[in-house]
Amino acid sequence: MASIAKTAQAGTLESSDVMITVAPGTQGSGIVIELESIVLAQYGEDIKIILEKTVKDQGITDIYIKAVDRGALDCTICARTLAALSRAGAVLKEEII
Amino acid sequence: MDLRRSMLFIPGNNPGMLQNGGVFGADSVILDLEDAVAPMEKDAARFLVAQVLRTVDYGVSETVVRINPLDTFAAVDIKAIVPCCPDAILVPKVESAADIHQVAAMIAAAEKPEQTPVKIIALLETPCGIVEAYHIAKADPRVVALALGAEDYTAGLGAMRTKEGTEIFTARTIVINAAAAANVQSIDTPYTDANDEEGLLADTQLAKRLGFKGKLSINPRQIDVIHTVFNPSLNDIDWAQQVIHAIRKAEAEGSGVASLNGKMVDLPIVNRAERILHLAELLGLMGGEK
Repeated sequence: MASIAKTAQAGTLESSDVMITVAPGTQGSGIVIELESIVLAQYGEDIKIILEKTVKDQGITDIYIKAVDRGALDCTICARTLAALSRAGAVLKEEII
Repeated sequence: MDLRRSMLFIPGNNPGMLQNGGVFGADSVILDLEDAVAPMEKDAARFLVAQVLRTVDYGVSETVVRINPLDTFAAVDIKAIVPCCPDAILVPKVESAADIHQVAAMIAAAEKPEQTPVKIIALLETPCGIVEAYHIAKADPRVVALALGAEDYTAGLGAMRTKEGTEIFTARTIVINAAAAANVQSIDTPYTDANDEEGLLADTQLAKRLGFKGKLSINPRQIDVIHTVFNPSLNDIDWAQQVIHAIRKAEAEGSGVASLNGKMVDLPIVNRAERILHLAELLGLMGGEK
């Protein structure tokens, strides 16, 4: 089971980007997502699904994620999440990188 | 023949620019992990470019990734990027054939079995790289082009970079000659003043006259000018068609020698005409459509 060791951040608040902050969750806390987005009403659920899938694919089950979205595409959300996880000490699965 | 009239740099850590990079019609887009990315953001850019390569459609543009130099993050860049199937890797600061051997081995190790082989474009931007240009071009079959990076090169010389470019004339002709001798393309250094369209035009015209096949670009606004210069003109196409017609007529009459408007048409002339017609055909310029 992969985990993260510390709080870390990736991304920016520029247009088309998303700033992702990840922090270790306590055991059994699950994946907790806090999302701010300029397209929350239209795509909020989709963004949460991408965030959840990205961390689950890395085998991480207990984590806090804060995402401040400025209209990022799916690939950007995924990339920024992976970068944040990597900076937080997660050992990522090679094929995802 | 791959078309590389224009090769547009796009910063590798800028999602907005990366997702729109295909709309400008550049022959190649260069997703840049090197100079356009701050040292602290190299990891994030690598993740971003890898994801973008898998999902963003760059249309007809060739996808090229400029990795970091061999003595910094090249190995980790290649390992992350090559499985995402870019068309080519642009290797900065190449100084020897050994550098290319090293990169080619790393690419081979990172490639998936079913993937199209990733090409190499060598960026020559040091005095050593210019000296070794031919050996670099011949170092591996993956090498398809040599590109000149004049900013670092002139810094290496201790010369002042000017718009006229006299200080890089020797390097330009060496790169063009080495590339031609090795049967790969030569790509000129970018014109760095994005607001000077006249300067860009003159610089690109000079590059074409010298023999370059394309030009690096740092701004989408430069692409139209670059294409206009490198596209064959209607006069060029007309001349090339007359040459081919003349040589075919001569062959049909059992003669190996033809003449056009009083000038002898020999093999180099025919080769040049064929190159023009091939390029015109690739660009859809035949038959006077454009």
